[in-house]
Amino acid sequence: MSALVVDDDKVVRRMHGKLLTQLGFETNAVENGQEAVDLFTSGESYDFVFMDMEMPIMDGTEATQKLREMGVKSTIVGVTSCNQEAEKQAFVEAGLYACLEKPLTRDAISSLLEQVAKK
Amino acid sequence: MEVNQMQRSFLEYATVLFREGFLDGQFSQLQMLQDESNPDFVVEVVSLFFEDSQKLLNDLTTTLDQQNVDFKKIDAHIHQLKGSSSSIGAQRVKNACIAFRNFCDQQNLEGCMRCLQHVKQEYLLVKSKLEALLRLEQQIVAAGGAIPVLSEFS
Repeated sequence: MSALVVDDDKVVRRMHGKLLTQLGFETNAVENGQEAVDLFTSGESYDFVFMDMEMPIMDGTEATQKLREMGVKSTIVGVTSCNQEAEKQAFVEAGLYACLEKPLTRDAISSLLEQVAKK
Repeated sequence: MEVNQMQRSFLEYATVLFREGFLDGQFSQLQMLQDESNPDFVVEVVSLFFEDSQKLLNDLTTTLDQQNVDFKKIDAHIHQLKGSSSSIGAQRVKNACIAFRNFCDQQNLEGCMRCLQHVKQEYLLVKSKLEALLRLEQQIVAAGGAIPVLSEFS
């Protein structure tokens, strides 16, 4: 299984990347939504995308929208500490499979994988 | 000092840091990411946090010093500092950032300046405590011991 971590914070990219690697994912990481879109445009694909909501250049909502418009079928999971419900709702409606609280934990990812396996 | 005693000192010190709210369970999660393929992962990530935080605090100081304060820029910096402090379990820094963001939303300059001092204070405190904790860790490793796992705090 492959995963792409999309987050503007170096510490978060490193930690989430390592967590996903320990859980068996082949992992890559980029700094913002535009870089994520560029990767998919260039032909790369990932089973999972862990997308931060608030990022410069292109945020998670816009990136998710663009990826879905491109026909990307990856499981895109929003990752945010934002407590603004309206913004989170817009993020979900852009095409997320689920929205998880930041920082990601082992338990949260294991539950997600169980959910995805059932669908 | 023998290894068992060093390990006890490490656990005692870590317990104090958790009890006083400097660290939360997320630090234990960070510790669990350290393995044979990345034996220095905690030091690596904590060092990255120190580097990034210092830069963000410098940028915040400069931005708040401007004639026309760009509150959007401040919010972006604080959001980032909140995210990284939360990721490594630096709870008091994270909480200080949350308070800062509230004043930023209100465009309350005085409140923001007070909060910046508070965030800087909390950052310097957790930095010195983490450096002390990681020194204890290095002493244990140098003596051939295993670093105690802080799983009870997660």
